[in-house]
Amino acid sequence: MNGTGANSHSNPGLVSAPFEVVIGLEVHIQLQTRSKIFCGCSVQFGAEANSQVCPVCLGLPGALPVLNEKVLASAARLALATGCRINPVSLFARKNYFYPDLPKGYQISQFDQPFASGGGMTVTGEGDAQRAIRIRRIHLEDDAGRSIHAEAFVAGDETLLDLNRCGVPLLELVTEPDLRSPAEAADFMQRLRQLVRYLGISSGNMEEGSLRCDANISLRPAGSDGLGVKTELKNMNSFRHVERALAFEIARQGALLAAGGRIEQQTLLWDPARGVAEPMRSKEEAHDYRYFPEPDLMPVAISGEWVEELRRQMPELPEARKARYEREFGLPAYDAGLLTGDPGVADYFERLATLIEDKKLASNWVMGEVLRASNARGCSVLELKMPPEHLAVLLDSLSRGRIHQQAARRIFAEGLENGLSPAEAIEREAGAQIQDTDQLRMVVREALTSHPDETEAWLGGKDKLAGFFTGVILQSLQGRADPRAIMALLQEERKALLEKRG
Amino acid sequence: MLLHTGSVDFQSIKPLLAAGSITCTSLAETYLQHIDKGAHLNAFISVFAEKALEQAAAVDRKRTRGTAGRLAGLFLGVKDNIVWSSGPTTCASRMLAGYHSPFSATVLKRLAEEDAIFLGKTNMDEFAMGSSTENSAYGAVRLPADPGRVPGGSSGGSAAAVAAGLCTAALGSDTGGSIRQPASFCGVVGLKPTWGRVSRYGLVAFASSLDQIGPMGRSVADCAELLQVMAGYDPADATSSMAPVPDYAASLTRDLKGLRIGLPREFFPQAGMESAVRAAVEECAAFLRREGAELVPVSLPHSGYAIAAYYVIADAEASANLARFDGARYGRRSPAAAALGEMYTLSRSEGFGVEVKRRIMLGTFVLSSGYYEAYYGKAQKVRTLLQRDFAEAFRTCDLLLTPVCPTTAFRIGEKAGDPLAMYLSDIFTVSVNMAGLPALALPCGRDSAGLPIGAQLIGPAFSEPLLLAAGHHLEKGHAPARAFAEAS
Repeated sequence: MNGTGANSHSNPGLVSAPFEVVIGLEVHIQLQTRSKIFCGCSVQFGAEANSQVCPVCLGLPGALPVLNEKVLASAARLALATGCRINPVSLFARKNYFYPDLPKGYQISQFDQPFASGGGMTVTGEGDAQRAIRIRRIHLEDDAGRSIHAEAFVAGDETLLDLNRCGVPLLELVTEPDLRSPAEAADFMQRLRQLVRYLGISSGNMEEGSLRCDANISLRPAGSDGLGVKTELKNMNSFRHVERALAFEIARQGALLAAGGRIEQQTLLWDPARGVAEPMRSKEEAHDYRYFPEPDLMPVAISGEWVEELRRQMPELPEARKARYEREFGLPAYDAGLLTGDPGVADYFERLATLIEDKKLASNWVMGEVLRASNARGCSVLELKMPPEHLAVLLDSLSRGRIHQQAARRIFAEGLENGLSPAEAIEREAGAQIQDTDQLRMVVREALTSHPDETEAWLGGKDKLAGFFTGVILQSLQGRADPRAIMALLQEERKALLEKRG
Repeated sequence: MLLHTGSVDFQSIKPLLAAGSITCTSLAETYLQHIDKGAHLNAFISVFAEKALEQAAAVDRKRTRGTAGRLAGLFLGVKDNIVWSSGPTTCASRMLAGYHSPFSATVLKRLAEEDAIFLGKTNMDEFAMGSSTENSAYGAVRLPADPGRVPGGSSGGSAAAVAAGLCTAALGSDTGGSIRQPASFCGVVGLKPTWGRVSRYGLVAFASSLDQIGPMGRSVADCAELLQVMAGYDPADATSSMAPVPDYAASLTRDLKGLRIGLPREFFPQAGMESAVRAAVEECAAFLRREGAELVPVSLPHSGYAIAAYYVIADAEASANLARFDGARYGRRSPAAAALGEMYTLSRSEGFGVEVKRRIMLGTFVLSSGYYEAYYGKAQKVRTLLQRDFAEAFRTCDLLLTPVCPTTAFRIGEKAGDPLAMYLSDIFTVSVNMAGLPALALPCGRDSAGLPIGAQLIGPAFSEPLLLAAGHHLEKGHAPARAFAEAS
């Protein structure tokens, strides 16, 4: 079975053509509250194993859960941002299954009365079309611990447990089966990550597991309304893997259906290293969760006034911010989209843009130097030692011609290291510029004589070549000259040369 | 001399302590001697003799300084499903042999703050599942009045210990009658508070929506005083009530004139109830009428479905509550287990007793896909109907008076092989848990064999002051009930 999929994996389009792809996502979002959902333990990521636990999250005999009401605000913010209806009363339910990293033997989740239902998000579909994806529900639950088998320090037949993650608050968001391609699914996840970051409710980091997704996927004849037999894909822990795993499974199902075979309903585990999805052992998936209302917790009652209060406090969301950047700063849609992709980048840009005139220059620098620097350092742009206020000083000098691009880049790089205001460095670079007109004129003449063809064309009327010469000259001077002074000298030289020729 | 029997209630101990005729230390010694003499009853799983003596000395020092709490001189037996960090907690199960909780139940903290001293952990039906205290990994408990008989259950160790004077009072837990039925069999007072009145934090859960910790003692006043300390909101229990805690002692003597006592006809059936039980409870009713109460015939028409619905809901919750005992982190792990699946099946097969396994299987079944609506869903509907029955009855009366159990204590082994017959022992008590109501069981006579008979008073939610007042009047004025009070 896997062989079929693996062969056609590289060309999913071939077999999916007669079929329509139907994908629904179940997304888990780890909330960034300070403490766990049902006890006071810290939720900090990366702490020593089993150091952030107490009788409640360990499920010790006699311990009882108490809801951390902070998670309700996080859930409500996501519900409001996705247009979901917040249910006035929702119920916790026990989801029963045995697993060593599930200390109570059940997960406290929500079942037939979830926190919120019936909203939607937009994804970019084929040909840049914006498509609405319905959200079925958003509910609250507690996370399980981690079973550790595959580390070097674990003996072959042993499993170690780290229960720090037990009780970390999760939101589960379930979409309707409205997604039609792996690209749409990946776009949905990216937009959701952007949204949870804007709302400040989750780090949205897929690699750390704070954003996780399972996908239900089936194929049906194009144009049909029915649903085919679905499979469930698990363990896709990056946007790229979401796309690859779904493409793999589409190919597998497509090949099977094209050959007249039948899809078996099952759960598949994506193996990112080998690039294949394989069925879980049936024992691991044969769960009857036996949901029933959680008797240790009272129903969650949400008042309309509280929701309205939260609605008033909602931050500006990505779409609105992008539109405002185009309108207010006159930025192209591409720039506005990229700058507002991450709320930290958008905040950085906005602080910068309010300090300088040339918004496009600000945008170019943030999209270029600033993002490169944060990527290289693996930190957020707001953590860089070059705050927007410093960059504003630098870009101001650049746009007024006190320093050249190359000098600005040098100062930027220095600032990233020392965190100092660039004022002094600007003085230094500006001072290092060749002020002596005669000296500069020598360099200009040299540039002209060493590029005779271009000089002829320039004198013949190709005015744009002035920029070329300015570049050549600045290059040879390593940026230590005012481009406007060079321009002026070039014009003088041109005039002189033309006069000489009569 | 009262002290020689050790069987006195806390209200009569207090003046003796104040007069200096006894000390906490001498009381501790007496109780420990009684525990030794009563060893054949098998009422305790663990006894904290040294610690109790140390604490008694400490409380005596506090008394001389005038800083002792209101429960100084009260020696408690604690049902072994309530966790205490200073001793083992077994739930009378092999599963938890050697388990030591790192934290203490909220009720124990509150009682300790008032200087109650914990003498030991009392025997019980395993995980509180049973009505005879025969389902214990530590052996059956015997009825003090007749050691060939059961003390009732599941809080049989607590009831027997109180009845035999092995402690001043005790804590039990009541999921379907587990405080009231053993109190009735042993001839002591037991209170099942309103669900949410007493924190469940630290009670090893059997059926969370039904469980409630309550006091068991030799007088209504003792139960009132214990409840005073135990009751109240606990931030660690999301289902504990924020309703203010009234002064229970002050309400004990309130006048009963005009009180309307309902007699639900379903609780006085023609068949299946011993005539001595019926006669004793009817005499209680007659006494209360003489005291100025009005007797009102009422009906709880859905009572007949209570036992079936109760066992569906209780076992469903139990199947989840007991899932944590899987051998992975604490409790028994089968040494024979070689793989994960085996760790679960062997550890649980070896760790749990027959009745616990039966209930886990029943509970798992009624929640399973395809059966949920027919069993759990239906049982929840019955539960709603039972709640409505009570609400309807309390429109015409203030309290209900019923027997606790259709029979007096039965012989050890008599019902052990017949779970259904055993379950019927709870027929008059389970509805109260299904509706979350408070109920008081108190002795009201003896049958021809001299075995105690218990009466049950049931009230609306949070009506403990009224229940305790009615119970107190019966205990003080009604001759058969007074006989118990005086025997202590």
